[in-house]
Amino acid sequence: MRRTVFPHKLLPWLLVAPQLAITLIFFYWPAGQAFRQSMLKEDPFGLSSTFVGFANFRRVLSDPNYLNSLQVTVIFSALVAFFAMAIALFLAVQAEKIVRGKGFYRTMMIWPYAVAPAIAGMLWLFMFNPSFGTLARPLRAMGINWNPLLNSDHAMILIVAAATWKQISYNFLFFVAGLQAIPRSLLEAAAIDGASRRHSFWTITFPLLAPTTFFLLVVNTVYALFDTFGIIHAVTGGGPGKATETLVYKVYNDGFVNLIMGDSAAQSVILMVIVIALTAFQFRFIERRVHYG
Amino acid sequence: MQKTLFLVAGLTALPMAAEAKTEISWWHAMTGANAEVVTKIAGDFNASQSDYELKPVFKGTYPETLNAGIAAFRAGQAPDIIQVFDVGTGVMMGAQGAIKPVAEVLEQGGFTFDKAQYLPGIVGYYSTPEGEMLSFPYNSSSPILYYNKDIFEKAGLDVNAPPKTWAEVWAAARKIKESGATTCGYTSTWLTWIHTENFAAWNDTPWGTNENGLAGTPELQINSDLYVKHFQELADLAKEGVFVYGGRTSEAKQNFLSGECGILTESSGGLGDIVKSGMNYGIGQLPYDETAAGAPQNTVPGGASLWVMGGKSDETYKGVAAFFNYLSQNEVQQFLHEQSGYLPVTLAAYEATKASGFYEKNPARETPILQMMGKAPTANSKGVRAPNLPQLRDIQNEEYEKMLAGQQSAADAMKAATDRGNAAIKEATGG
Repeated sequence: MRRTVFPHKLLPWLLVAPQLAITLIFFYWPAGQAFRQSMLKEDPFGLSSTFVGFANFRRVLSDPNYLNSLQVTVIFSALVAFFAMAIALFLAVQAEKIVRGKGFYRTMMIWPYAVAPAIAGMLWLFMFNPSFGTLARPLRAMGINWNPLLNSDHAMILIVAAATWKQISYNFLFFVAGLQAIPRSLLEAAAIDGASRRHSFWTITFPLLAPTTFFLLVVNTVYALFDTFGIIHAVTGGGPGKATETLVYKVYNDGFVNLIMGDSAAQSVILMVIVIALTAFQFRFIERRVHYG
Repeated sequence: MQKTLFLVAGLTALPMAAEAKTEISWWHAMTGANAEVVTKIAGDFNASQSDYELKPVFKGTYPETLNAGIAAFRAGQAPDIIQVFDVGTGVMMGAQGAIKPVAEVLEQGGFTFDKAQYLPGIVGYYSTPEGEMLSFPYNSSSPILYYNKDIFEKAGLDVNAPPKTWAEVWAAARKIKESGATTCGYTSTWLTWIHTENFAAWNDTPWGTNENGLAGTPELQINSDLYVKHFQELADLAKEGVFVYGGRTSEAKQNFLSGECGILTESSGGLGDIVKSGMNYGIGQLPYDETAAGAPQNTVPGGASLWVMGGKSDETYKGVAAFFNYLSQNEVQQFLHEQSGYLPVTLAAYEATKASGFYEKNPARETPILQMMGKAPTANSKGVRAPNLPQLRDIQNEEYEKMLAGQQSAADAMKAATDRGNAAIKEATGG
């Protein structure tokens, strides 16, 4: 392989400068501010601030509400990641079987990905709000006392459904690519040996999709953790009680509604550590094993 | 050539013209019809004089506007005037260095500030314990009772006699459901503002110590028997399906507008939507608890007020003072009151509206004013104040929701709301 050699030292720096500037301004600077703020106790206007060390972290981590939102986040993320991937895999396999109009189906499947989270949330709210929801009345008529405003489980089902629906497209795209990379000959050989479709899916297709599945697992977890704020904000606002308050939603609520800057900053620093860990995990174990079609 | 010269002359003249006028920025959170009122008032003020140019800027919802103001202040870019909702009053009062009291601004601008000109219920809410008015009340509202006359008729209730007490509301709501007139008897927006804070004032029962926080840091007292009884009744109705919960803010208005619920308690500022829906509605005073001594006392205002930020030039403050003076004029107040459904802030404007015969045609529009002015306020009815009121309301909403879902009794909910609230107040005040 040929190595590119630059004539002098300045040019390479100049070429990476825009990227460095963006990273500094949009990542390091705000992250540094968050660190600073997480060690301070401040009034909303910043008129007086006292250095309190790790007191904010101690309070946040010993707060039962924080542990509750951690639990909510784990349940929510697991459900969203599981359903978004399972449904997308099913649809991808079905779409592969279609002979005519494959392109059309695929395009339709990818559409929801372009919908903004807040709008996806509103869509589901309009369908399932207990008082004006189009689909809430039939549910009631069926004898289900549907009420996500007061029933925690119903509220959780609603945001999981909305978040899942929005993510299926993305997963679908990767699964379709993954399926196309599986050699036809293997499946044909299995068919000749008399393997049923179901059997060849679980013994050939599914294991060969493992790198894709693993990659999507990380991406979906990160999505459920951080990208679903808009949906939760639009649909439940964290309620009823604190039943749908995820870690990210709590950062927003404590910082921007309750104006407790120190606690909110400490929580965002904890979140930053979680993202760094997840990203490191992804790079270490996954990135090199996935082959993009 | 001549054209170029003309252009140059024009270019140099422009900045001079801009310099002559002092610009005053006004961040607000008004939407729809209320936003048109803001634009109209600002335009009329600019046309009425040539020294100042008032520029209203829409900044999103109430909390978003407050956050934008706080962020701008921290960055040294604060607006001159900012509209802050009632719940944010305590937050602004805690920021003594960031704001300039409105009374001071008016006096600096050469106007005499006479507190007696303003409606006492409103002025008390926006003043320090010493009586200094800190912000200018722009849009004030009060909770009232709305009812659907068609549903009342179907249920065999008297369409001209809205229920006056909570006991009467419960009875009417049960009758509405039992008669099959509709599936839901009663719903309410803002359980915190209407059933907690106004419940305290209207029934003359304390919400917290230190005059509900107006005279100092409060300690919540919302777990007394009167609250527990009231909320247990509400929880029982929710269990029977007679009361339907709509959400933490004004979502329940939808349940009333759609004809699902027969009775609604909601802000007087919500009248516009109900009129627009074209339903056959009636209005009554906010219900009170007949077992409370001294009820009905008076209700407290909600809505928002205008705060002046600190550290601006003298010229800016003179402009702000001129604008507030303009805003207090009868015609402007009358316009604001009749267009938006919010209350007039001066007594003279109220009298002028009355004299114009507006209330004879729209008797419902006087209800919130009469409610608020009926009696001289007591220690329990001047309003509530805490440095972290938004957080306290959040806590209350969480406990109420658990109670309405049947997970806890009213006694437990009120105790938890009180204990958690007091711990949060302690944390916020550094105690």
